[in-house]
Formats: sequence, C-alpha cells, structure tokens
Amino acid sequence: MASITRDEVAHLAHLARLDLSEDELDHYASQLDVIIGAVARVSEVAAQDIPPTSHSVPLTNVLRDDVTTPGLTPQEALAGAPATEDDRFRVPRILDEE
Amino acid sequence: MPELTSLSAAETARAIAHGEVAAAEVARAHLDRIAALDDKLHAFLYVDTEGAMAAARAVDAARAAGEPLGPLAGVPLALKDVFTQRDVPTTCGSKILEGWRPPYDSTVVRRLRAAGVVILGKTNMDEFAMGSSTENSAFGPSRNPWDLERVPGGSSGGSSAAVASQLAPLGIGTDTGGSIRQPASVTGIVGVKPTYGGVSRYGLVAFSSSLDQAGPLGRTVLDAALLHEVIAGHDPLDSTSIDVPVPPVVESARQADVRGLRVGVVKEFAGEGYQPGVEARFRDAVALLAEIGAEIVEVSCPSFRYALPAYYLIAPSECSSNLARFDGMRYGLRVGDDGTAGVEEVMAKTREAGFGAEVKRRIMLGTYALSSGYYDAYYGQAQKVRTLISRDFDAAFRTVDVLVSPTTPTTAFKIGERVDDPMAMYLADLCTIPSNLAGNAAMSVPCGLADEDGLPVGLQIMAPTLADDRVYRAGAAVEAELVRRRGHLLIEEAAAL
Repeated sequence: MASITRDEVAHLAHLARLDLSEDELDHYASQLDVIIGAVARVSEVAAQDIPPTSHSVPLTNVLRDDVTTPGLTPQEALAGAPATEDDRFRVPRILDEE
Repeated sequence: MPELTSLSAAETARAIAHGEVAAAEVARAHLDRIAALDDKLHAFLYVDTEGAMAAARAVDAARAAGEPLGPLAGVPLALKDVFTQRDVPTTCGSKILEGWRPPYDSTVVRRLRAAGVVILGKTNMDEFAMGSSTENSAFGPSRNPWDLERVPGGSSGGSSAAVASQLAPLGIGTDTGGSIRQPASVTGIVGVKPTYGGVSRYGLVAFSSSLDQAGPLGRTVLDAALLHEVIAGHDPLDSTSIDVPVPPVVESARQADVRGLRVGVVKEFAGEGYQPGVEARFRDAVALLAEIGAEIVEVSCPSFRYALPAYYLIAPSECSSNLARFDGMRYGLRVGDDGTAGVEEVMAKTREAGFGAEVKRRIMLGTYALSSGYYDAYYGQAQKVRTLISRDFDAAFRTVDVLVSPTTPTTAFKIGERVDDPMAMYLADLCTIPSNLAGNAAMSVPCGLADEDGLPVGLQIMAPTLADDRVYRAGAAVEAELVRRRGHLLIEEAAAL
C-alpha cells in the first residue's frame, strides 16, 4: 500500500486548513506512514460482494413537521463569536484584494 | 450514617427521598471533597458550585412541597465536558473552545435537570474525545485514584476518576471506540455504552457521528442502570435517535440472575498483547459466570481482528469532516485576524493554534482516507469491514445471549508511557471497538485485580442491539457474586486519597 511523503502531508494539512510548522510536517510524515501501514490491513477483506455499512442504525429521511419552534435570539447566537458587527458574525476578508 | 460521598446513587436518592439528608448537604459534601482532592486527581475542568447548590436546593424545595421525586433526584453527577450546558464553559478538552459558554442545553443535560440530578461540573477528557488516557487534554491529564502515576483511561477519564474517587457517585461519558468502558475498566467501576441511538446526541459535540454514544458511569451496576433510564429515550432533535421504548435496564440490574443465560467467550480476544493478570481475572470471571448458572460457549468472530484498523479509518474520516466547524468564525478561538489576513489564513492559523497533536493527526488521517484516489482503498474497505463485524455479531447472537471479553488488554498504564506511540495507545480499544462499529450495547464491570500490579480489571459484556437489559442482568450477577465473595465492592479496595 502507498506510503505517505512529507509533500503529501503538507498537501493534506492545506486541505484541512492546518498551518503546520516544519517540525510538525516531519513528525506527522513518519507517524502517518506507520498508522496508514497498519490500517491498510482492511484491504485483506476486499470481497466485491460485501456491501458497505455507513451507519449501524438503518434510518433514512427522518423528517419533522414544517412548523416553527423557538430558537436562539441573535444575541444568544452571537454571544460566543470572536467578532461581531451589526448583529452579524464579522469574518476576515473572503476575497483576494483587487 | 456513613460518609455521604461513599453512598451509592441509589442509597443517596433513597436517603434524600426519605428526608434523612438534604440534597444540599449531599451536594456540599461532594463539592468539599472535590475542593480537597481534585488538585491531585484533576478530574474536573470546571466546578459549577453555584449551579449545583441551586439544583440541590430545588430538589429539597420540591420534596418540602410534597412533589414526587424521580429515582435520582438530588444525586450529584460529573458530566464529561463534551456536552453543552447552557452558560457553563464547554471545552471538549480543547484550547479551540476555551472560554466558550454554550447558549443551549444538550438533551442529556436537559434530562438530567428534569430528573433533579445535581450536575457538579464538567470533567476532563482527551481533546474532542480522541484518546484513551486524558493525556490528550489541552489542560493536562487526570489521574487514576488507584495509583496517581497512572492514567484513569480515556477519553472519559475525568468522569471515571471522579466516580472512582467518590467525587461523585455518577458520571456521564461518551464512547466512540471504548471511551466509557475502558476508563471504567482501569478505575474499577461500571461503565455502559448503550445501543447506538439509545441516548440522544443533541448537544454532544461530535467526533465520529456514526459511532459516538453517551452513557453512564457508576460504582454499581444498579446506579449505572438508574442513570441509563434517566438519559435514554427517543429525541426528535437527534435524527439518529431510535424511537423504541428504553430496555428495562433497572429491572434487569435488580434481577442480577444469569441462570440459563448463554454466554459466548470471544476467542479472538486473548493471547499476544494481553497482560497475564488481565487474562487470569477474565478466566476467573468466566468460571464465576458458570458457577452462578450461565452456560459458557466459545465463539469465534474472525472479522473482529479488522475492527481496529477499520475504526482508525472511519473515526478519523468522520472527525475530519465534523471538526471542520472549528474555523474561528462563529465561536471559540480566532488567531491571526490582523485586519489584512484573509479568511483561509485565519482559519489555518486558528486551527493550528487551537488543536492538539492527536486531533491534528486524526484530521489529516481522515483527510487522507477520504481523498480522491484513496477513498475506495481505505474508507470504502473500512465500511465493508463494518458489515463483516455486524455479521459476526449476528451469527454469534444466534447461539448466545451475550458475549464476553476483557474490556481492555492491560490495566491502567503509566502517564507518559504511550503518549509518543499512537499505535500503542490505539490498542487500548482493541476489544471495545467492535460494538461501536456494529452499534450494539456493551458494559464494563469490575472483575478483580491483576496479580502483577494490583490494579482493576474489567469484564466486557456485549449484548445485541436494543438488548441493553442483558448487559445489566449479567453485569449485576457478576457484581453480586464478587461482593458475596469479597464482602464489598472492588472499588472499596482503592487507595485512600
């Protein structure tokens, strides 16, 4: 099974939005390689005819009636926010500067 | 009357209901014990003195007014810090949520409050419930009352340490791969993972949504059953909650009778990696079950050896998705927002600063397992293993009523011993993971002390989905016979603190 390189770890960290340090990249590259080597054993049971299980309780489309129920007030919803403005979450810029 | 903190939950509730002691006195006694001992144990991340005393006084007022009290009214409880409790800090053992006070109650908390249970505070845990020792807590490890140099198990190790050391008669934990049963095992108490969907996950901060399940910890099987009945039941706020009646767990705990019960010994859970003292106490427990009337059968579950690798693909995959919500935008920590940095940079800096090593490791493992080109080989294969494990359980439960194994391969290990070796740490969950993958009920009940270190050993009892009552029936029978032989509960042999 595939082994994992330092560059791959850097790519994964980017996908996962983790600003890892250089030391962490080295550390995780070796550790993830060991872990992935160990968990790759699942391929030993590779039969085509086995259906996958995503969930132990087979439930589909659990719906409720479309009625309004009390929810959080804007003040409550914003109470834990790192930054707010005009009753909204204030976030850093989401587009590149022109 | 003996010390209030040494009473079982059932005894405490009875004393309060009969007016022999006020709920406020009980709460005060436990808060005092926490104040005296928690510097050593570090079981709690937050002690809610005011909230606990108010809840206790409300029970006393209700009794004075002649209102009917529930079976656990006035009984103190230690709550794992993974459940939201309105206005009470909820960290999940992570810096990323430090200081956050949720604006709503989880369903578990709502049910505890409605039952008059007195929540003393929030207990320590491995960060986001990822770990088997509490060493992954951002706020430092909890300690095992049997030996303060050893771990109390994890991830619900704050709750197990609190219950085992009489800081609270009851605890709530969550179990994704063994995080209730393994801490119960290594601290000499009772812990139950109910059938998946038996207890609502609403307000339980998600780690691996298809596996996470809340459950009770107590010093007796009956106490765990009483708490199980308070927190279990259908909840429209959790779409994976099962809409069927709660199994009769309290009645079964009181029956404590295994005559005629067919008990299967899982033969794969023995041999290499198992501590001799753990195997010896397990064999004793099987012999004990036979002596009190159970029929013992050896059972093979060949796919169980793939459970651990499958789990370490499924759980990290789900965690990498679930923990995407911690992005520093709506709650919790935000780092690097200097007015010029873009949102992705702030997210990456926040997550780097806010998450600990194990959480980052699992997020990356899950990101890898779900990524294009690897999905089929890893996540897809793991889901097939999950099917095979359910089939092994189904086949076994056609011939036996319950399965048994050691709860965990070793007794409590030393703090620091496995912290740099993730694979060694993961082995703690070897025997508990199959029931998470299949969703069935399972308990850990104390079954003795290992000869080589004098530390507690747990017997795991597994029952089919929705047959949670069977683990209580068998667990209570084992407990009663051990008490008959020893003259007391195993936990009473723990060192005085």
